[in-house]
Amino acid sequence: MTAYLLKRLVIAVVTLVLASMVVFAVLEIIPGDPARLMLGLNASADQIELLRNQMGLNAPVMLRYLHWAGGLLSLDFGRSYTYSVPVIDLVRERLVVSLPLALMALALSTVIAIPVGLFSASRRGRAGDTIAMGAAQLGVAVPNFWFALMLIYLFAVWLRLVPGGGFPGWSAGVWPALKSLLLPAVALALPQAAILARVTRSALIEVLNEDYIRTARAKGLPYRLVLWRHALRNAMIPVVTILGLQFAFLLAGTIIIENVFYLPGLGRLVFQAINQRDLIVVESVVMLLVAAVIVVNFVVDLSYAVVDPRLRGRQ
Amino acid sequence: MTLHIDIPDENLAGILAKAFKNRSFLAGFAITALVAAVAILSFFWTPYDVTKLVISDKTQAPSLAHWFGTDHFGRDILSMIMVGARNSIAVALVAVGIGMGIGVPLGAFAAARGGIVDDVLMRLNDLVFAFPALLSAIMITAIFGPGAFNAIIAIGIFNIPVFARVARAAALAIWPREFILAARAAGKSRTLISIEHVLPNIATLLLVQGTIQFALGILAEAGLSYVGLGTQPPMPSWGRMLFDAQTRMVVAPWMAIFPGMAIVITVLGLNLLGDGIADILDPKSRRQR
Repeated sequence: MTAYLLKRLVIAVVTLVLASMVVFAVLEIIPGDPARLMLGLNASADQIELLRNQMGLNAPVMLRYLHWAGGLLSLDFGRSYTYSVPVIDLVRERLVVSLPLALMALALSTVIAIPVGLFSASRRGRAGDTIAMGAAQLGVAVPNFWFALMLIYLFAVWLRLVPGGGFPGWSAGVWPALKSLLLPAVALALPQAAILARVTRSALIEVLNEDYIRTARAKGLPYRLVLWRHALRNAMIPVVTILGLQFAFLLAGTIIIENVFYLPGLGRLVFQAINQRDLIVVESVVMLLVAAVIVVNFVVDLSYAVVDPRLRGRQ
Repeated sequence: MTLHIDIPDENLAGILAKAFKNRSFLAGFAITALVAAVAILSFFWTPYDVTKLVISDKTQAPSLAHWFGTDHFGRDILSMIMVGARNSIAVALVAVGIGMGIGVPLGAFAAARGGIVDDVLMRLNDLVFAFPALLSAIMITAIFGPGAFNAIIAIGIFNIPVFARVARAAALAIWPREFILAARAAGKSRTLISIEHVLPNIATLLLVQGTIQFALGILAEAGLSYVGLGTQPPMPSWGRMLFDAQTRMVVAPWMAIFPGMAIVITVLGLNLLGDGIADILDPKSRRQR
């Protein structure tokens, strides 16, 4: 167990370090001088040089990387070129929208997909299964931002049940805030649920063919119990893997969905920063999301050990 | 997931007979062929000229003259969807080509070499996987400028590790087989064995993965164009059409409905086709996502 954990941990850390180098390098090769950008067109060469020195831009590349990476560890991402405030403040402000949205979508997708997968697997080949998997096949093909537009048309324009966009802020109360995140979460969740339901079904079908399932049934356990306790648990590894991957999709997906619903989340921040060439903000958000993906993958690896006792004993 | 792929022993006629009985394959093939035909047709003929703005015809509801209605510039939506198909297919196809062209040799090489080479290549793979594809595509197109070309590169880069991983896993399952041992005993090099014996045996699996990535590429291109970083106007693209439709949902919902349906149908067709091919060539193989 310890050896397995240690190995996964080392891989996660190495990936994180390499990823930070890639992000740093990409920003290095982009033309454009941040000091010149901040001071505007009328700045003299001396002023620019002074600011470059202040910002540490004249230091050797290795030193600048170490300085930047060291800052990341203490959550110091530097200052935004356009807003002149610490990037971390901008990020924190936006995270209270994006994170609940991604989590809501993930929860929704899981709550829909696993029962559908169980339903389909236990009625394999019958009408219910065919209909459910047909719907899933369709769901996989739907782009979430188009689905979002259709949801807005149906629920906000036509039925007027929920707001079609915007975010009142958590200070307006939990319910109005959650209500404005509901449609975006559904738009994100359903296409993901379609994929997850298919994976759950095929993993379950594979497990249901195993001998120990027949044994459990033969000793008289009710089918429902066999399905939930014996089959589902053993089918969890591929399901958890896809869940981990989906978290990355959801984080990236929020970026586009936030633009559909005019939500002031990380996605809006990234697009504003791109338009204003505020590259340090782009860099920080990308780094943050990449770190989140790596951490989630590590947690998925840990959960393998929880789900599958054999991994705990393996050296 | 263990992969065990055999070249089917049946002849071509046997495979065709199976294909004609596979509903998933038939539906997928029909849809994909239709989309491809429409895209090709658009080079020679569209109901209306998509570059001509007819302001007097703007945001007209679907009618006999304009089956899918018109947009805010009076352009015919059906014609734009036809031209957009061409664009989506081209972007996704080249992106898959990049992913296969670089990813498959890498994966096959890792499997052939094993050891430290394999470890390093697979860690690099993990590294690319850590970057959410769409986010990184946004970053790349934002930095190097929006446009179809940069969108292709961005989508293509993230296809590389997918193909590398699939090719490696499939090749690893082939390497211990007896006919490989025979080839090695005959003194063939690992590279030659990879090309002559391993690749033909994993080709079907790569084909299936190719259709999946093709479908994902179409979705990704639409997403990038939707946020303004993909194909640029005046070239019609499905994602861009949805962006234009968004602020006009109340007055002209057809502007959003039809381009979206075009995306869904195309992706659905490709996915069904992939499922079908996987079924026909090896009923036991499961699609990976």
